[in-house]
Amino acid sequence: MGKQLTGAQIVFESLLKEGVKHVFGYPGGANLPIYDTFIQYPQIQHILVRHEQAAAHAADAYARVTGDVGVCFATSGPGATNLVTGIANAWMDSVPLVCVTGCVVSSLIGRDGFQEADITGITIPITKHNQLVLKPGDIAQALKEAFYIARTGRPGPVLIDIPRDVQQQLAEFEYPERVNLRGYRLPVHVDMDEINKAAQLIAESKKPLILSGHGVILSKAYDEVRELAEKCDIPVITTLLGISGFPGTHPLCMGMPGMHGMYWNNMAISDSDLLIGIGMRFDDRVTGRLKDFAPKAKIIHLDIDPAEIGKNVRPTATLLGDVRQQLQALNKEVPPATHPEWNAWLRKMKEQHPSITLPETDRVLPQYVIQQIYEATKGNAYVVTGVGQHQMWAAQYYWYDRPNSFVTSGGLGTMGFEVPAALGVQVAKPKDTVWSICGDGGFQMTLQELATIVEYELPVKFAIINNGYLGMVRQWQDLFYKNNRSAVKMFSPDFVKLAEAFGMVGIRVTDKVDVRAAIDKAMSHPGPVIIDFVVDEDENCFPMVPPGASLQETVDLPAPTPQEVLSR
Amino acid sequence: MKSEHHTIVALVEDRPGVLNKMASKWRQRGFNIESLAVGHSEIPGLSRMTFVVDAATTDIEQVVKQVDKLVDVVHIEDITDESMVSRELALIKVRCTAQTRSEILQVVDIFRANIVDVTHESLIVEAVGDEEKLDSLLKLLEEYGIIELCRTGRIAMSRGPTKVGPPEELHVLLPDLQGGRAPGGLY
Repeated sequence: MGKQLTGAQIVFESLLKEGVKHVFGYPGGANLPIYDTFIQYPQIQHILVRHEQAAAHAADAYARVTGDVGVCFATSGPGATNLVTGIANAWMDSVPLVCVTGCVVSSLIGRDGFQEADITGITIPITKHNQLVLKPGDIAQALKEAFYIARTGRPGPVLIDIPRDVQQQLAEFEYPERVNLRGYRLPVHVDMDEINKAAQLIAESKKPLILSGHGVILSKAYDEVRELAEKCDIPVITTLLGISGFPGTHPLCMGMPGMHGMYWNNMAISDSDLLIGIGMRFDDRVTGRLKDFAPKAKIIHLDIDPAEIGKNVRPTATLLGDVRQQLQALNKEVPPATHPEWNAWLRKMKEQHPSITLPETDRVLPQYVIQQIYEATKGNAYVVTGVGQHQMWAAQYYWYDRPNSFVTSGGLGTMGFEVPAALGVQVAKPKDTVWSICGDGGFQMTLQELATIVEYELPVKFAIINNGYLGMVRQWQDLFYKNNRSAVKMFSPDFVKLAEAFGMVGIRVTDKVDVRAAIDKAMSHPGPVIIDFVVDEDENCFPMVPPGASLQETVDLPAPTPQEVLSR
Repeated sequence: MKSEHHTIVALVEDRPGVLNKMASKWRQRGFNIESLAVGHSEIPGLSRMTFVVDAATTDIEQVVKQVDKLVDVVHIEDITDESMVSRELALIKVRCTAQTRSEILQVVDIFRANIVDVTHESLIVEAVGDEEKLDSLLKLLEEYGIIELCRTGRIAMSRGPTKVGPPEELHVLLPDLQGGRAPGGLY
């Protein structure tokens, strides 16, 4: 016979059973009983954010760097709907998240009660599972299953909605030992026929490439990918979310593919005879125009989600399951190989099309700022980004040797992710250096979280790549909309004064010579710092595959015009 | 485009919101569903859905795989290639007069359909069969004037002693998860 507890107490007892240490959240009318109970559970630290979207992003980033499930709380109605962007972000990037929302009292459900929103209905397309719990005795089972579903298979967000009265009612608490999910099955088998087929394809290939994705990080398959790459001498291309799944300075690491990927990678993919996609989904930003993607290549696809197999490309061999387990089996079967000609060709491509060489200039180039952050941290930091040009440069000009050290919004492309995500990473990794590389636009979407960062004494270093524009949109307008700059020039507040207003250190850099000193100063300061890097406003992000074009049509760094050379 | 109708059978948890989750998945992924029929199955707590998808407009493999990912979907199977019995029920309200009534009765008789309601001006015909049979019956009845029509959508069952559902060993519950991530994300 278990103890009699309130629904709210059952929530916390369940979180303790799941090993939860931090919750990001915001109280309100419909989750008052939960917050009333929070004080009884000092083992779990609450981080009071300033907007629920930030709770979801912070929990998302926390989950990415810890490998645990991120947890966030919000109240009903607007509290719950404010989570939606954060949930969608976690959904697109396969991040395990459990969101517990308060719901209006049971008797008001469906009657348009104050602060009622049908959050289980709203989040159906962006959650792996969600559930409205109407009995206190069902909360423990629902949370057990929520954590189980969130963290197993292809991870994802789960939402549990609990009416206020249910949080107060008593029920017997016994944490269930088993989940009861007859409709939830995971691929757990190694298919030796497919493994042997894949080993054979690798042995026969002259021009193989590994495309290493987020799945490698999610299943911690770092050693296994490295073993395959080194054993068979295969160059490794890391997708945006695959960055830091394979050491960035490894001689076989080729960087990113796709829309702003390295020129040599896009040419190599187009010439390759075998692509080994590991924990990645052949997204449109990777493939360019799909029908012209990798025309000469056979494909081996390793993924845990059966629906990803054959969704965008049709593989010759399919290794369905946890990529670490599949790679362990594959590595045993595959014979060692070398590809000196293929690697020499790639090296030559890199020399002829360096893609990320910076011009000699006194201007403050955004890429230079990121390069200097790399030099200053020696790669020993967590780098968080928003979305846009600065994100691509952070992917191009920083080398991630430390596993799982790059946190970015990939699938959904959520501007404003950079501030709350940095908050979440720093809560998870209090002793590590966390750099948030921000756009001036995205930073202003979520800068209210600076207050949270100061309140919880989180020493996040913000580098605002301030070009006074919504840079990526401006780049598209310049390149594909005849320079018609519409709604992209953006006024910003004085970020140094803003930092001071929040009780942070603010530094402005307008000269190239001051870049490194500012970074060093920020790193030696024990608290949070904002550096406002006033960078060249017209710098564009290259290489670039124009939207709808094939990878073969990648535009390399365009040669500067005479006027541009003279103006330097 | 040549239409090619696939019959897909799903066993789903009989819980509130499950139909919404299925419909949301179809809508979200742009799947075009031709017909849908839902009712109880032989297993308590599980509903059986039969839905028909046109392969000319929708990727059948994706329909099956994406719907299967829903936690509430216990089993899903495309039974199109199996030998199966498929039926649909139609209620057809037809306009009639004293002159046309016996003609209509003859047609109904040929199709082994039943008359379930009669007035001076109308008849309700209850017909069971595959879609083709119902389509031809409707075509014949059209000339008398169809006042109202409702069709249930296809239900289907494969022939022989086997039944739709996951193989027995898959009913075994997944191993338990005692907090934290197991190595390799496997449990």
